[in-house]
Amino acid sequence: MADARTLFDKVWDSHVVERLEDGTCILYIDRHLVHEVTSPQAFEGLRAAGRPVHRPDGTIAVVDHNIPTSDRSLPVEEPESRLQIETLEANVAAFGVPYIPVRDVRQGIVHIIGPELGLSLPGTTIVCGDSHTSTHGALGALAFGIGTSEVEHVLATQTLLQKPALNMRVQVDGKLAAGCTAKDIVLAIIGKIGTAGGTGHVIEFAGEAIRALDMAGRMTVCNMSIEAGARAGMIAPDETTFAYIAGRQFAPEGEALDRALAYWRTLPSDEGAHYDRVVNIDVSALVPMVTWGTSPEAVLPITGAVPDPAAEMDTDKRARLERMLDYMGLTAGQKLAEVPVDVVFIGSCTNGRIEDIRAAAHVAKGRHVAEGVRALVVPGSGLVKQQAEAEGLDRILLDAGFEWREAGCSMCLGMNPDRLAPGQRCASTSNRNFEGRQGPGGRTHLLSPAMAAAAAITGHLADVREFA
Amino acid sequence: MMQAFTMLTGVAAPLPIANIDTDKIIPARVLRTIVRAGLGKNLFDTLRFDETGAERPDFVLNQPAYRHAEILIAHDNFGCGSSREHAPWALLDFGIRCVIAPSFADIFHNNCFKNGVLPVRLPREICDQLMDDTKLGGNARVTIDLARQVVIRPNGQEISFDVDPFRKHLMLNGLDDIGQTMAHAASIDAYEARKTQDRAWLPAIPVAI
Repeated sequence: MADARTLFDKVWDSHVVERLEDGTCILYIDRHLVHEVTSPQAFEGLRAAGRPVHRPDGTIAVVDHNIPTSDRSLPVEEPESRLQIETLEANVAAFGVPYIPVRDVRQGIVHIIGPELGLSLPGTTIVCGDSHTSTHGALGALAFGIGTSEVEHVLATQTLLQKPALNMRVQVDGKLAAGCTAKDIVLAIIGKIGTAGGTGHVIEFAGEAIRALDMAGRMTVCNMSIEAGARAGMIAPDETTFAYIAGRQFAPEGEALDRALAYWRTLPSDEGAHYDRVVNIDVSALVPMVTWGTSPEAVLPITGAVPDPAAEMDTDKRARLERMLDYMGLTAGQKLAEVPVDVVFIGSCTNGRIEDIRAAAHVAKGRHVAEGVRALVVPGSGLVKQQAEAEGLDRILLDAGFEWREAGCSMCLGMNPDRLAPGQRCASTSNRNFEGRQGPGGRTHLLSPAMAAAAAITGHLADVREFA
Repeated sequence: MMQAFTMLTGVAAPLPIANIDTDKIIPARVLRTIVRAGLGKNLFDTLRFDETGAERPDFVLNQPAYRHAEILIAHDNFGCGSSREHAPWALLDFGIRCVIAPSFADIFHNNCFKNGVLPVRLPREICDQLMDDTKLGGNARVTIDLARQVVIRPNGQEISFDVDPFRKHLMLNGLDDIGQTMAHAASIDAYEARKTQDRAWLPAIPVAI
């Protein structure tokens, strides 16, 4: 069928303002999410050129990367962080941009609050100066990260100059076994296709295992599509999506919702639509995954052992493996389930939603964090925190020896006071295990919230399936 | 205003590593700035400096022949990870105007063009040849001629590369792409009028949120 289109094609086509001669398109942006780190130079550019924000009603700003996750009534101590926060506050006031203040209960990580407040909707285009904008694709939106020059471009014009991406379908079949989660699915996908596997493509995640995920799980999967190098990740909206959206603060309601639903139901890819690349993965035999190296593709089942560089024939790859093991302080053949941890971090735009905190609390209940381990639980937003407290999850976690903190990006990246010390090893539910990502010299193992809680309890990477 | 890129002749530094991520190019802790300038001192921070802040003598950009390199040659998937434009800002601030690699991560690739840093994709074998050329140290000058789309090796051999015509045009002329888009303001207005009909269900975000 020649005119059969993918979900990506449909959202793209409906946002093309104009196609220029060489195929570059002026693409309309429905929602522009703004945070303090990648926006100051963009607002400065507007100011220098005397340009206003073209659509403040399509823009929303919040502070997340720099904000300490300790007591919110205290001032921000680190001067550079404080300057970025104050600069955002001054810019949103000067340019009339909607802003969620630091002490508002709705404050949180930009990729958590977009869907949570009903700002991120199917069939829309969403951008943010942050690579994990791919998260919002879980709702059937085309959502991707941009640089600061593009942030300025969107502020000035509500559009971007873009060429269409290629279509890639990742078909995820099978039923997940107990103990496995969306995080394990996406780590397995990245392990299979590599960190450049999706370059130039928008990945549509499809199949039985994706359909079975709740929205939180779908967001975890789309969130990490950038870790596979993809421009964006998307999942076709369905009844799970619609049920999630209904009743959220900025979601359409009444007659508008009916019209939206009628449109959203036309979004799933057509039968026979063309994909430039298709990858199949069966997750029925999946085992909880954990990364051992300094790239998200360096991932293995928890039952595995640290790879041996000597077994690698390619000299480049061998050198890379050796460097990873050296940085990570691991030895070839070491069993992953015996690697001790110093810190456990549960949170981030990948796994900071209420479902993630429930999963951690489920494992933590009636148990205690191992001696010498620091374990942080950082809700993705003030609303997630409120919900968790209403369910008593904070008590379970605190009783088990976890720290219960305020919303923010926290230890996902070393921009706020939550950082690893050099040499410290962390079991983390975040998205990147790059060298120094969680603090200079810090060592990161990516895993699911349940697996992170299991590591906190045992004091080493552990198989959560043994926590019946 | 973006600095135009036409022709560059300079020292090329080899960085034979794949998957150089944006945290390696510029770590998160130094992103807490509200200006573009001044990031060069933290370029490749953990590769260049040890825990005490002293230079690591074995790192290429710390070696006398390459301290003023204007061209980098790397392996696959350069610039993977975050969307931080601080990565090309840091390269530019250090003095690097061109990165040659077999492949780049999408967002980084895009960000380079906005800042007059030219990313050139060339096959791995060619990148390896260029890396061999760099062993001549400060005498190995490589030329990049954007108008003709060629890299010229120290021995005079020319290697063609592909570049998106629209981006090439902006880069050669140092054009601000916001200005380009604003020339199409009437199209944007017309689209917005249409959108109000087509996506009437999409709520506006109130300023007093």
